[in-house]
Amino acid sequence: MNQWSFVIAAYLLVGLAMAGLVGLSVLAMRRAEADAEAAKRR
Amino acid sequence: MHGYANPARFLKIARPATGWLLGIGVLLMLAGVCGGLAVTPPDYLQGETVRILYIHVPSAWLGMAGWASIAAASISQIVWRHPLAAVAGRALAPVGATFAALCLATGSIWGRPTWGTWWEWDGRLTSMLILFFLYLGYIALASAERERGGDGRMAALFGLVGAVNLPIIHYSVLWWRTLHQGQSISLSGGSSIASELLWPLPLTMVGFTAIFAAVVLMRMRTELARTKLEARLRRSAAE
Repeated sequence: MNQWSFVIAAYLLVGLAMAGLVGLSVLAMRRAEADAEAAKRR
Repeated sequence: MHGYANPARFLKIARPATGWLLGIGVLLMLAGVCGGLAVTPPDYLQGETVRILYIHVPSAWLGMAGWASIAAASISQIVWRHPLAAVAGRALAPVGATFAALCLATGSIWGRPTWGTWWEWDGRLTSMLILFFLYLGYIALASAERERGGDGRMAALFGLVGAVNLPIIHYSVLWWRTLHQGQSISLSGGSSIASELLWPLPLTMVGFTAIFAAVVLMRMRTELARTKLEARLRRSAAE
């Protein structure tokens, strides 16, 4: 069994999960703050 | 501290802090990951798989720190009725659950070549799995309470009761000596890991923690903006 395949699998999993978590949070925050700002201007 | 429970004051600090925390967190995490993958030597016993340490330990720390923060927010909510405490609890839970799940998954991937098994009902593994289920329960309870217009006290009580699991996770390796290794690093007694292997760990620990904090701030800002929008829509519908 190649040990590196386990290492790469673990790092890929954490990298994808963290990128997803940060990306989704940034998008949701920008959308919510833009909607709130647009409603304020109306 | 109580002064920052005001949403306007909180946002004044959270807006610039989010970007800084995220930037510093990503830089430190990348430095730690590069060091852990390319610079440190393989372990004499575990070989290359020891490199999983640099992402597994920060995930475990944040899975537990996330619930400790929920418990602190719960106390603030029950005792002082801070307006931001319930928002903080709801923002913390999915992020903490993600890191608890990552701890379990990376531990399982590490366990297969090291212990010869993906999973064992060992004290540390089982108590960490219980923490993950507690997160799911908290998320369901807090969102149900919010939909019904509740003040979040039930979720706060659940957050406090669930904190009982934290010392169980911490001491599980001493109480039930089964498969998971004992403590390698302690605040008082130093570390049993060689310094050539250890140095990237503080980088990923601080980096992951800063990213965790940035994501929690982003989720709190999202909820505050949505609450503001809902209030404005309700007001304009009433006029």
